[in-house]
Amino acid sequence: MIKVTIDNIPVEVEDGTTILQAARKIGGKVVPPAMCYYTNLKGSGGKCRTCLVKVAQSSVKDPRPMAKLVASCSTPVQDGMVVQNLTSPEVVEARKGVVEFLLLNHPLDCPVCDQAGECDLQDLSFGYGMEETATEEERREFPVKDIGENIQLHMNRCILCYRCVYVADQLTDKRLHGILYRGDVSEISTFISNSVTNDFSGNMIDVCPVGALTDKTFRFKSRVWFLKPMNAHRSCSTCTGKVTAWMFGNEIYRVTGRKDRFGEVEEFICNECRYEKKTLNDWEIEGPRRIKRQSVISANHYEEMKKQSVIKPIEGLMEPPE
Amino acid sequence: MGGKVLLANVDIPGIRGFDTYRAHGGYIAVEKALREMTATEVSLEVHKSGLRGRGGAGFPTGLKWSFLDRKSDKPRYLVCNADESEPGTFKDRYLMHHLPHLLLEGLIISSYALGVETCYIYIRGEFKYLVGVLEKAIKEAYQHGFLGERILGTGFSLKIYVHPGAGAYICGEETALLESLEGKRGNPRIKPPFPAFKGLYGCPTVVNNVETLAAVGPIINMGGEAYAKIGRGRSTGTKLISACGHINNPGVYEIEMGLPVEDFIYAPRYCGGIANDKLLKAVIPGGSSVPILPADLILNTAQGEQRLMTFESLAEGDFESGTMLGSGGFIVLDEDACIVRNTLNLTRFYRHESCGQCSPCREGTGWMEKVLHRIEHGEGKMSDIDLLVRVAKNIEGNTICPLGDAAAWPVASAIRHFRREFVYHVKFPEVVKNIDHGAIQSDTELLIPDSGTGIKYW
Repeated sequence: MIKVTIDNIPVEVEDGTTILQAARKIGGKVVPPAMCYYTNLKGSGGKCRTCLVKVAQSSVKDPRPMAKLVASCSTPVQDGMVVQNLTSPEVVEARKGVVEFLLLNHPLDCPVCDQAGECDLQDLSFGYGMEETATEEERREFPVKDIGENIQLHMNRCILCYRCVYVADQLTDKRLHGILYRGDVSEISTFISNSVTNDFSGNMIDVCPVGALTDKTFRFKSRVWFLKPMNAHRSCSTCTGKVTAWMFGNEIYRVTGRKDRFGEVEEFICNECRYEKKTLNDWEIEGPRRIKRQSVISANHYEEMKKQSVIKPIEGLMEPPE
Repeated sequence: MGGKVLLANVDIPGIRGFDTYRAHGGYIAVEKALREMTATEVSLEVHKSGLRGRGGAGFPTGLKWSFLDRKSDKPRYLVCNADESEPGTFKDRYLMHHLPHLLLEGLIISSYALGVETCYIYIRGEFKYLVGVLEKAIKEAYQHGFLGERILGTGFSLKIYVHPGAGAYICGEETALLESLEGKRGNPRIKPPFPAFKGLYGCPTVVNNVETLAAVGPIINMGGEAYAKIGRGRSTGTKLISACGHINNPGVYEIEMGLPVEDFIYAPRYCGGIANDKLLKAVIPGGSSVPILPADLILNTAQGEQRLMTFESLAEGDFESGTMLGSGGFIVLDEDACIVRNTLNLTRFYRHESCGQCSPCREGTGWMEKVLHRIEHGEGKMSDIDLLVRVAKNIEGNTICPLGDAAAWPVASAIRHFRREFVYHVKFPEVVKNIDHGAIQSDTELLIPDSGTGIKYW
């Protein structure tokens, strides 16, 4: 066991644990946000740079601080490591910068986005983002692509976390989905307009931190905070059949994997469970699923938040009609 | 010869072929290393020579070799990084073009020292014509028994492969290079693990620059201590500098480390002064990604000492008033050069070459280019200048690989040293719009003589 201190809170973890996992063991506010890291997907992490932390002391043997901020999701802990997350103004400043970069070309179409209410980027920008935007450039736009009958791709919203690529790589049998091009025009897509139809490909929707990949069978049906998430299960031959059924009255609107308190799916579910089983007869309902108290989903309605964001009217567009 | 080590024989006709190269003392170092020295002794010589990586970072080569995981039972690899794509740098191309056998010699000795049996030369895709040059040299080396099974009757075997890239700057970063060599998308890996433990195909790997490896042969010939006497302080040996820009004699020069920058720019045997009798304005001394310095700071440090061509002297003053030797792409700008346009050009390059993996670099490089484009074309605001500084600061140090830093430094340093020029662009947009930079405008066509192909314009 190794002793680590994160934001002055000591914790003991096993050798080889990453800083992020150690922070998750403590829980609460010290957990750095993670937009690309996913525990169940091998190789993920290190890309979004929102989980940057400062290592004030590398280890007992080498008490020097690390020169740069490090990605907590991919840096293993060492004995006697001292990590600063929210206690370091440098980290908060850097994270603010990263959020700004992530939102730079994000369309901010939350009012029409199915992910709104359970979007990691919304939480992140509420937590760390600035209230105004410094950019006046046109936001990047991609041509609309159809990647099959189950998944809706909105490339404009994508933050290129690569999670869906790892799902396509590691969960499905044929790798159909990946990254095309490079730099700020790179996009997630299927090769030569194939459709993504593999058995477990629906998990791309669950792992997507933003609204880039959404469920076509649920599209525009309801806002997530009007639905009640219920634990449900059925006997399924391909997956464990343990899901969250999102219900309104006695109707099942959509089916997703069960997400833990860090927003990660506990067990991946198959496409049959996700898309085809949408009646009450298909499922045995266990009971309501625990959702974070702060989430709009558990509030069941959208309350006015404490932090007010200022919307600057765009000239000519926001004038009231005469 | 002024201490020429690598390019001592470069002017001999036919030195590219095996026979001429051998007749002028070629492959003696290989014979010496393989017959008379053990692998540890070779490593020790390189360590003693104080050779530092010539690819840009200047990391001591002997130290890098000592990190290699020798306990692992997996095969080890040596990868030669010939993906020279830094704007302003063309020393490796020159070296490989004229002295391919010098590189092979270095590869054989280094492989022997590291216990490597398979070696790859990852060459930039645009250097396609060099693939043939290198492969011909490798073939000749095989024929004369310097490559293949049981070299020179010892138990040491080596195979060398040349692998052309597909034209991506990012594949010059060592982990992206390894990804690309494995046949994947050239995205830099997250370190640790370092290539010395998990490199090519998950095996221990050393990645070295062409010039670094080429220097290993001469080091064995003259001995590590003799090599360490060339140069100054911790910057030992000689360095290839590719000089370009507004100078009288652009080209590749081999200089002894410690040469004053002033001498390098104005001496007739090197750059020969600024072209057209103009004045020196600024220098980017180590390839496009190092900070730009104005004339007074490149010739003398902020303390008033003369600046020398060494890793330490150029870096003196850190980022406030210093720069870096980098890969040795020496770009000189004269008094008429527009810094804003120059910075825009560099930023456009980094935007185009960003791999798009981590968000600060992917979004930040594009943003900087857009803002600089606005300023350059007379549509900028005063706040844009500070915005650029802030964006550069947010990128720097927060990315997976050094490309983010490389994109941020030119912008940050240009504004630090030439803020007045940016302000001028904002204040006088009409003047700025009408500057003739000598580039081809869209409404003029450059006439070139009809070569009979029917193509008249380009």
